Amino acid sequence: MISAVAAAGAAAMIALYTLPAAGQAQAYRAPRASDGHPDLNGIWQANNEAHWDLEAHVARSALALRPGPYGPLPAKEVLYLGAVGSVPGGLGVVEGGEIPYKPDALKIRNENREKWVERDPEIKCYLPGVPRATYMPYPFQIFQSSKALFIAYEYAGAVRNIYLKDPGPAPVDSWMGQSVARWEGETLVIDATGFNDQTWFDRAGNHHSDKLHVVERYTRTGPDHISYEATIEDPNVFTKPWKISMPLYRRLERNAQLMEFKCVEFVEELLYGQWRKNPLPR
Amino acid sequence: MRARLVSLVAVVAVAIAVVWVWPAQVAGQAQSGQRPAARAAAARTLRTPEGYPDLQGLWNAATLTPLERPEPTKLVMTDTEAQAIEKTAEARRDRAARPSRGDRDAPPVGGDGSTGAAGNVGGYNNFWIDNGTTVITVDGQRRTSIVIDPANGRVPPVTTDAIRRGRGGLATPTSDAPEQVASGPRGAYDNPEQRPLAERCLLGFGSVSGPPALPVLYNNFKQIVQTKDHVMLLVEMNHDARVIPLNKPHAPAHVRKWMGDSVAHYEGDTLVIDTTNFTSKTRFRGSSESLHIVERLRRIDENTILYRFTVEDPGTWAQPWTGEYPWVAAEPDDRLYEYACHEGNYALGDILRGERLLEAEAEAVRKQVR
Repeated sequence: MISAVAAAGAAAMIALYTLPAAGQAQAYRAPRASDGHPDLNGIWQANNEAHWDLEAHVARSALALRPGPYGPLPAKEVLYLGAVGSVPGGLGVVEGGEIPYKPDALKIRNENREKWVERDPEIKCYLPGVPRATYMPYPFQIFQSSKALFIAYEYAGAVRNIYLKDPGPAPVDSWMGQSVARWEGETLVIDATGFNDQTWFDRAGNHHSDKLHVVERYTRTGPDHISYEATIEDPNVFTKPWKISMPLYRRLERNAQLMEFKCVEFVEELLYGQWRKNPLPR
Repeated sequence: MRARLVSLVAVVAVAIAVVWVWPAQVAGQAQSGQRPAARAAAARTLRTPEGYPDLQGLWNAATLTPLERPEPTKLVMTDTEAQAIEKTAEARRDRAARPSRGDRDAPPVGGDGSTGAAGNVGGYNNFWIDNGTTVITVDGQRRTSIVIDPANGRVPPVTTDAIRRGRGGLATPTSDAPEQVASGPRGAYDNPEQRPLAERCLLGFGSVSGPPALPVLYNNFKQIVQTKDHVMLLVEMNHDARVIPLNKPHAPAHVRKWMGDSVAHYEGDTLVIDTTNFTSKTRFRGSSESLHIVERLRRIDENTILYRFTVEDPGTWAQPWTGEYPWVAAEPDDRLYEYACHEGNYALGDILRGERLLEAEAEAVRKQVR
């Protein structure tokens, strides 16, 4: 009996020592796609609280708050959502914990948070920008062929064609930017520029200017996982580049597919309802 | 990337006129070099690593040829006739490309009465007009219409059922509607739901997204990416990506989508896309929810996909009808820009608000009269 316990203990010790360290997890070799690179084809989704707030935060009653007798309470615009409108806590995905804002930019972030109902572009079903599109609570699909790389997002039907050859500086700014791919070994690196200053990073008012430059890294770490990193640079808004990272998960449902989410129709009442011939009460 | 100028009037009429009066130059592309047989053979060898016929790339669906034919008996026009149309279009473009006169007078308030944008006050200039430079060429024939079946080149008449459906009394937008309309049925400005789908940034105008995908006045690019188990067909306007699985059954019947539910398979050199499950709001040319579209895409030479579609909806047309036209490879320096329509849609709110202002003015006048 004793020897059996000792043997089990020794086996456990050995198991502990042979478990791969974090860095070694990337030694996983993904199946190849038809372009010879790791196959990223499929439907993927983040599963975390980054879309609420990239930084660490505790749960709160609502995204829009107003003063109450014992502290903040849900604003009237969101009151009726109850627990559905409350914000789950998260430990954050920003390396180092905080986004390195310049002082003026931090003020804008805090104002954005106070005026969330008016300002968050997601409320109006505007295109999400990068990297926000990646970790919104909707799936996205990567199409990787021998000739092209393309990402379709369920939210707002946003799309990104990822150039395999750099076409030079983006001729115009856009919501989803201009993306150029390169491979560094097992990692797909996407360099994204050419953004306008209208998108946010989350529902917590984190923002950027039109000098935004995002470098994303997609690395397969298992049959159903991608390690996702994004380095964010914007000299107008941040004191230095900063990084977020998170796993992405394959949607494993047998019938998984991107559903249609044309939210433009869903926000017509919000944006235009007051101009109906017979407006509904607001 | 072009924003829309929705508040201006009746580009549609112009677009339709333009299709007939205007010219081209792209035709040279497909015609140069090899003989047709050799080019077709080359196209046959274009395969993806998976062995599928390779349709990938950026394609331009613009054409001067209209959907329907003016003269029922004539499918094919002579080269001379084709050149005349293309020359006329080219001349119009050249005329419109002349520098504008800074010292000219302002246009009359409300426009000059013509059918141009808002009565020709200068809404859509040449920058907007990108509807191709050639009439279509299929099998060496210069074609007078996209519709090839029925043989008269016209969309079959709609059934009495369909006419009855269309007479709801209120405006009922359709997916093929032009970008904007000068006036509409009663109540056309009462609610956003009664405005054209393109004005609401739900779909591009003129059934450009389809299916069936039809050529329009501008923004005619399509991008195709093929993987082992999917086809992605991106429609430039409004950044609508059709994600089409291969060899899968359709979504359950109650899952309805603006562009329908598409599944595809390959038949030899042809990609066949089958689409059902449209929403009751899509209403392509007044169709019902039973609309069924079959699209067939085949690479006929290095620079050309022949896009053929068959439309079937017994509740709307007594017989199915079919059209075809080429999608031509984009030029190397062509780029597809983001068509962020909704994000800049100031017009829809203003269109509705304008109508409320008119009503308020009319009410004020009525009160004065009393």
